[in-house]
Amino acid sequence: MKSWIAYWNILKKDMKNYYLKPPNISWGIIFPVAWTLMFFIKSQSDLGIRDILPGVMSMSILFGTTSMLAVTITFERKNSSFDRLLLAPISLNLLMLSKTTGAIIFGIINAFIPVIFASFLINLAGINWLLVLGSVIFIAITSTFLGLFIAVSVSEVFEAQTFSNFFRFPMIFLCGLFIPINSLPVFLRPISYILPLTYGADILKSTINGIGIMPVQIDFLVLIGFALVLFSISIKNIKNKWIH
Amino acid sequence: MNIVEVKNLTTRYEDFTAVNNINFCISEGEIFGFLGPNGAGKTSTINMLTGLSKVTEGSIDISEIDAVKNIKTAQGIMGIVPDESNLYQEMDGFENLCFCASLYGMRKDEREKRAKELLKQFGLDNTGKRPFKAYSKGMKRKLTIAAGIIHEPKILFLDEPTTGIDVESARQIRDLIVNLNKKGTTIFLTTHYIEEAERLCDRIAFIVEGEIVKTGTVNDLMKDYQKGKIVQFTLDKGVLDIKETIKNDFPDYRFEIIDNNTLKLHSRDTISLTPFMKYFDDKGLNVYEAKVIKPSLEEVFVKITGIKVSKMKKEKEGGKK
Ligand SMILES: Nc1ncnc2c1ncn2[C@@H]1O[C@H](COP(=O)(O)OP(=O)(O)O)[C@@H](O)[C@H]1O
Ligand SMILES: [Mg+2]
Repeated sequence: MKSWIAYWNILKKDMKNYYLKPPNISWGIIFPVAWTLMFFIKSQSDLGIRDILPGVMSMSILFGTTSMLAVTITFERKNSSFDRLLLAPISLNLLMLSKTTGAIIFGIINAFIPVIFASFLINLAGINWLLVLGSVIFIAITSTFLGLFIAVSVSEVFEAQTFSNFFRFPMIFLCGLFIPINSLPVFLRPISYILPLTYGADILKSTINGIGIMPVQIDFLVLIGFALVLFSISIKNIKNKWIH
Repeated sequence: MNIVEVKNLTTRYEDFTAVNNINFCISEGEIFGFLGPNGAGKTSTINMLTGLSKVTEGSIDISEIDAVKNIKTAQGIMGIVPDESNLYQEMDGFENLCFCASLYGMRKDEREKRAKELLKQFGLDNTGKRPFKAYSKGMKRKLTIAAGIIHEPKILFLDEPTTGIDVESARQIRDLIVNLNKKGTTIFLTTHYIEEAERLCDRIAFIVEGEIVKTGTVNDLMKDYQKGKIVQFTLDKGVLDIKETIKNDFPDYRFEIIDNNTLKLHSRDTISLTPFMKYFDDKGLNVYEAKVIKPSLEEVFVKITGIKVSKMKKEKEGGKK
């Protein structure tokens, strides 16, 4: 009970101090909107809006989550207010969950901004929304934990941003968001399969476009696997590096 | 009863030993101080005790909890005030305090009540919505201490509570520490101000280069340093005239002649003044003053640690590590 009071208040503080601050709100919204417009305008020709919707959603989640953790974790670590959290009588697992829940929620909301746009432009019938929601949640969790992994591996906010881009930009091209994996050069394809976003995008594509390359159960399992591994590596890194 | 028991505690950063095999206990209700220069290992020790740094070797028991294994349980009864404030820059005093209270599982009504009380008690209730970053150094330190005690910890760790702040705030903070201790909180503080240690602490450990060189109450430390008693007499005249005779008349004492008006009397045991007063009176000398000379803690510290006090002073003005 006591731990949950702490969990909730850490989450609430992050929301108030970071997520709901005008720069982040606008950044969190403008970014997906810009992506959406860019792709929708470009896709007048051969690709339809519906074809690129899964990719745009995945990207919104990826960018929304990973960029927030550089602030809520790396920044607080840098100005040592994070020590206060490490000194609190709550387990490290719960602490890191409370520090990441905000980013997960932020990612989920970001994912639906392109959907709202698309709903005005095209007919979105025939989509299993429960499956969409499920995949959005799991993509958000996995990419938040990827952000966590990055945030605890570096000590400066700018390093976190740079290191994130090292993951993010290749993912745009290698995870089948816009270019189907099967049209990638053969030597790049193995890389696609070690990136978590491939599996998240695959679920979205199978329900939105009906062109998944793997059964969705497998996709979910792989996403959960990634999430668990990234989270536990991060916890281990914190124990080793932050508690000297 | 001991609330803290530390045995053979060591921490190394790579191959540098910051704290080397230290042992000490803190009994419930006391103010225990670590006195030592910068880099002595004071913060490193606090960090190990509170779970912010790893223990390379040794054991820590806090309120009978093995704090090396179960640090999360032990943290529940600790209050921790770091040397550099780590509150949230954008939040005001009330928000900061309420947030810190929530980390210890306090309910909303409880934490708001406590926060208001503390702001008032610390003279910070007029800061309103001002964010923490706009506080003065002294105010920051006070709010950081308030945040450390909001959950009413059994033991409070204070890392250099008065370093780098104005004299008035420092005085207020010392008073707060004393009052808190009177109400039953055990306190572990570190400092490099000798007078502060002397004034506040029931017991002091001298720490130098990662090792505790001496532990004891202020009185014990003095006693060890100065075996016996010293009384200094100030007379109106004639000390040089009685120089030789007084030695023969009081063969059990050792005399030290300072000048024609002043002499010091050394003895193994408590000195009774009456025979001396009588003696001086018989010789027609007036005694203006007789005072017991105690060594200062400063002298004791210098003697035991071999550290020049000027070095400590220089460092405290230097401030930063
Ligand atoms: N994280 C660290 N890595 C390496 N050395 C450290 C670290 N923290 C402290 N030290 C060293 O350990 C020694 C003790 O430091 P510290 O405990 O901060 O001293 P104090 O608080 O008494 O001034 C110093 O020489 C300091 O440079
Ligand atoms: Mg220190």
